[in-house]
Amino acid sequence: MPILEVTNITKQFGGLTANSNVSMTVEEDSITAVIGPNGAGKTTFFNMITGVYQPTSGEIKLNNESIVGLKPDMVAKKGISRTFQNIRLFDEMSVIENVLVGMHSHLKANLLSILLDFPVTKKEEIEAEKEAYRLLEYFGLSSLLNEKACNLSYGAQRKLEIARALATKPKLILLDEPAAGMNPKETKELTEIIRQMGKEFHTSVLLIEHDMKLVMGISEHIIVLDHGEKIAEGNPDEIRSNQKVIEAYLGSAAVN
Amino acid sequence: MKEKLSAFKLHKTPQLILFVAFVIVTSLALYFSQKSVISFLLLLSSLLFLYYMNLKNRTKWMIGLILLFILIPFASSGGPAFQSYMEVATMVGIYVSMALGLNIVVGMAGLLDMGFIAFFAVGAYAYSIFATPQASNFMPFGHYPLDGNSFWAFLIIGAIAAAITGVLIGVPVLRVKGDYLAIVTLGFGEIIRIVFNNSDSPINFTGGAMGIASVAHPKIFGYELSFPNQFYFVTLVILLFTLFAVLRLERSKLGRSWKAIRENEIAAQAMGIPLVKTKLMAFALGASFSGMMGVVFAAKQQFIDPTSFTLMESFTILVMVVLGGMGSVPGVILGAAVVTILNLQVLTELTNWVNQLNLSGVVSIPDALSPAKMQKFIFGALLIIFALYKTNGLIPAKNRVFDEKKLASDKSNSKDNDPKGNPMTTLKDKDSKEQTKIYS
Ligand SMILES: Nc1ncnc2c1ncn2[C@@H]1O[C@H](COP(=O)(O)OP(=O)(O)O)[C@@H](O)[C@H]1O
Ligand SMILES: [Mg+2]
Repeated sequence: MPILEVTNITKQFGGLTANSNVSMTVEEDSITAVIGPNGAGKTTFFNMITGVYQPTSGEIKLNNESIVGLKPDMVAKKGISRTFQNIRLFDEMSVIENVLVGMHSHLKANLLSILLDFPVTKKEEIEAEKEAYRLLEYFGLSSLLNEKACNLSYGAQRKLEIARALATKPKLILLDEPAAGMNPKETKELTEIIRQMGKEFHTSVLLIEHDMKLVMGISEHIIVLDHGEKIAEGNPDEIRSNQKVIEAYLGSAAVN
Repeated sequence: MKEKLSAFKLHKTPQLILFVAFVIVTSLALYFSQKSVISFLLLLSSLLFLYYMNLKNRTKWMIGLILLFILIPFASSGGPAFQSYMEVATMVGIYVSMALGLNIVVGMAGLLDMGFIAFFAVGAYAYSIFATPQASNFMPFGHYPLDGNSFWAFLIIGAIAAAITGVLIGVPVLRVKGDYLAIVTLGFGEIIRIVFNNSDSPINFTGGAMGIASVAHPKIFGYELSFPNQFYFVTLVILLFTLFAVLRLERSKLGRSWKAIRENEIAAQAMGIPLVKTKLMAFALGASFSGMMGVVFAAKQQFIDPTSFTLMESFTILVMVVLGGMGSVPGVILGAAVVTILNLQVLTELTNWVNQLNLSGVVSIPDALSPAKMQKFIFGALLIIFALYKTNGLIPAKNRVFDEKKLASDKSNSKDNDPKGNPMTTLKDKDSKEQTKIYS
């Protein structure tokens, strides 16, 4: 059963059609990739799923429930979390605080319980801190917990963004070019993390990535966008041998 | 020398001895002198030294409370200037509380509010209207003025009225961001003052430009509070409540969402934080602290008029926050104290001194250059200096430090795949930045 079902979505910015009649599904507990050259409309596609942009037309369903028209915070509460192509961390906050913000929707504290320092709120807070720390451990960032996010290296910032997204306990996580700016060693480590993460945190993964080794290595299903249109989809082998894809994007060197 | 200094920073006993000696000397000087502003200020500054001492938090609080509740009022009571000291201390308390409120909005949530004094005005007018015959002009029931016992209820009512005003202003205003927000809030701050200024006809709500006089003094157990030293304690208690509230909020889910919104709205929203609701919460809470102190202010002054709530007042509070350190609770307290004391005590003392010199014919300084009139100039100069050399304020905001040992207590299911966090690989270095450019 698909967790995400996108049907014929189109997005126009004035005269420019960034996405045109794109349909796709993400199966539960799978890793699906969206690839395509720069400007193909991949980020726009993510922005529509997460409620940042409203589609001009089309339908998006999460677990068979429409999420079109919801604000991004509501989409997050429904169970879709994301990272950003241009990293968007809370720079001046510490590493662990960044993760704690991700837990926002799962904390029951309210104004009254905070001001009166209810024991449940205190306990919940301590539990959240421990959980955040475990997440940091999983990503190898635990020794940096009190460091400001902006002081991390590029690769560490990318990992922290994923950790923060996972803290929302998503059913589906969208990763926008998670390996961009990473060196080969970091990319390899990240590939492993993404591969494991789905099982570990029980979440489906939808990712945009230019690193073909990463994409081909971990995706079960790949969608190819070009000029806002879906030109192909299938498993890595099918994509590798698809003539349209090779012409539009991969180039013969990258296929091998 | 430096080594000795850093060694001193760590040692409790010599610190404590020096601190106690300092407090005793300044207290005695204050108690036995007729009027010594300097020893009063030095005694107040002991609170700042206390903040920097290497003691447990609990101990610091204990000593601080003793200083505030017992020593400072007692040591001031020796001379004829007692009430004037207490007046200054009360005003410091009022402004600190307001600055803490504005710090939630500007410092934590990053919403530049330039009309903050409006909420103070709402609190002040709420009490003034009902604690004078003013209310009988429009209230269909009840007998007015309400007596001083109502003051305590009005602390809450004033806070709620200010919070509601905050939400009402916030709903339209929070659509815009950054500089635009500053301009719009500035406008709304003025609008509220002008509304109070003009609400004297056809129905006389606020007394218009004439203001409202003979506001009832607060009463407790049938006893009327009218002297500054009594207001000092009222203010102090409210301030402590405010402070506890702010400290709790800061380390809560709510405080984190404010900071997240300040740091990156889009990411905050993607983490499930509702922007409008969270921003309104900051507006309302900040406003409520201000409104509460407005009630105290009205009851203390017994007279209010729109001139107490001008743009300059909003700027003053903003200066306190910026000077002290945006988002930093201790910084904002210090900033508010410094600015208030500068305004009320240092500048007035200097003016008196200059006047005396003028009178005795030693020098002749024109009236236009008297220190009391330099307030705006001094604020401006301070802001420029801080913007250039100390951007983060007197005490820059710090993130809470989490104790790794406590968090890692149950090591059983940890999967640290970091080769013991080699800082060379994880901390930012130039190479990884370069790579960004190549890949993008
Ligand atoms: N907010 C926007 N307003 C106007 N045009 C946009 C906006 N966002 C994206 N676009 C345009 O849509 C196209 C697709 O962009 P994007 O989705 O970022 O591509 P990709 O992520 O595949 O590189 C580009 O031509 C881009 O300029
Ligand atoms: Mg993109």
